[in-house]
Amino acid sequence: MPEKYQWQSALATLGLEARALAPVAEPGVTLSERRVGTQLVIRGDAAEAEFAAGVSSVLGLDLPTEPKTAHRKGDRTLLWLGPDEWLAVVAGEGEDRLAVSLAEALVDLHHAIADVSHSRAVIGLEGPRAREVLMKGTNVDLHPRVFAEGSCVQAHLGRCHMLLHQLDAAPRYDIYVHRSFAVYAWSWLSDASREYGLSIASSGAVR
Amino acid sequence: MLLIECPWCGPRDDQDFTYGGEAHIARPERPEKLSDEQWGDYLFMRSNPKGTHLERWVCNGCRRWFNVCRDTVTDEITAVYRMGEKPPGAIKKAGRKS
Repeated sequence: MPEKYQWQSALATLGLEARALAPVAEPGVTLSERRVGTQLVIRGDAAEAEFAAGVSSVLGLDLPTEPKTAHRKGDRTLLWLGPDEWLAVVAGEGEDRLAVSLAEALVDLHHAIADVSHSRAVIGLEGPRAREVLMKGTNVDLHPRVFAEGSCVQAHLGRCHMLLHQLDAAPRYDIYVHRSFAVYAWSWLSDASREYGLSIASSGAVR
Repeated sequence: MLLIECPWCGPRDDQDFTYGGEAHIARPERPEKLSDEQWGDYLFMRSNPKGTHLERWVCNGCRRWFNVCRDTVTDEITAVYRMGEKPPGAIKKAGRKS
């Protein structure tokens, strides 16, 4: 992991901040970069009550045990990746000790914690046509009946892997892609959004 | 195209899965005791039934392996069950032709 001062956004080459200065009126879709402070992969046995309690005591979030769901409070998100695997996302900086605090809370339990803070870039997608944009590039069912606020899923977007998290019914989505695919995913999304009217918003923290 | 029901993620397109060959092939307890022929049989020989086939798939969403019972003629999936579980009652593993 690079030192803080060396860190650079995976989308830095696109000049998004300058493009955000000219917002489009009544956009069908708005894209933005989401800044993430810390991302941790947490593994353990959800059936072990002490494990679930330990994670939630440090993160302040209940462990999502229902497949394909995420819990979110303030700037913190805990996403289900598998029956024994979760991704914790904290937007704010200064959370360097989070992994240590978790390890201390789970010390006698079977667990694994990996700091993957810079492995993924996060793209925010929102607007009345956001669902249509995603439907062009993924085969998962995004109908509100089965994929709504608080749902997350690992799937493909175009030719790259993504972790998709729906934040609310607007709909707003956070799309996590591996860092080296960030420019590809952004290009794919902006191309797919053009017909609906695309606006680019200034980057903000993961919501 | 198949619609496969991952035990955790639910029904998903077969593009979200990878095939892992025949299920329930146990590694011999004492490989050093086997003849080359027996070892080759374990490594390479698989049943190739017309009809019910028990096979392994991995879900690319949650990255979990599981077992599927599929008809090789009609592609109908009659059961999905987790690793370490036995196939549901009536389904028998096809006998290996020697």
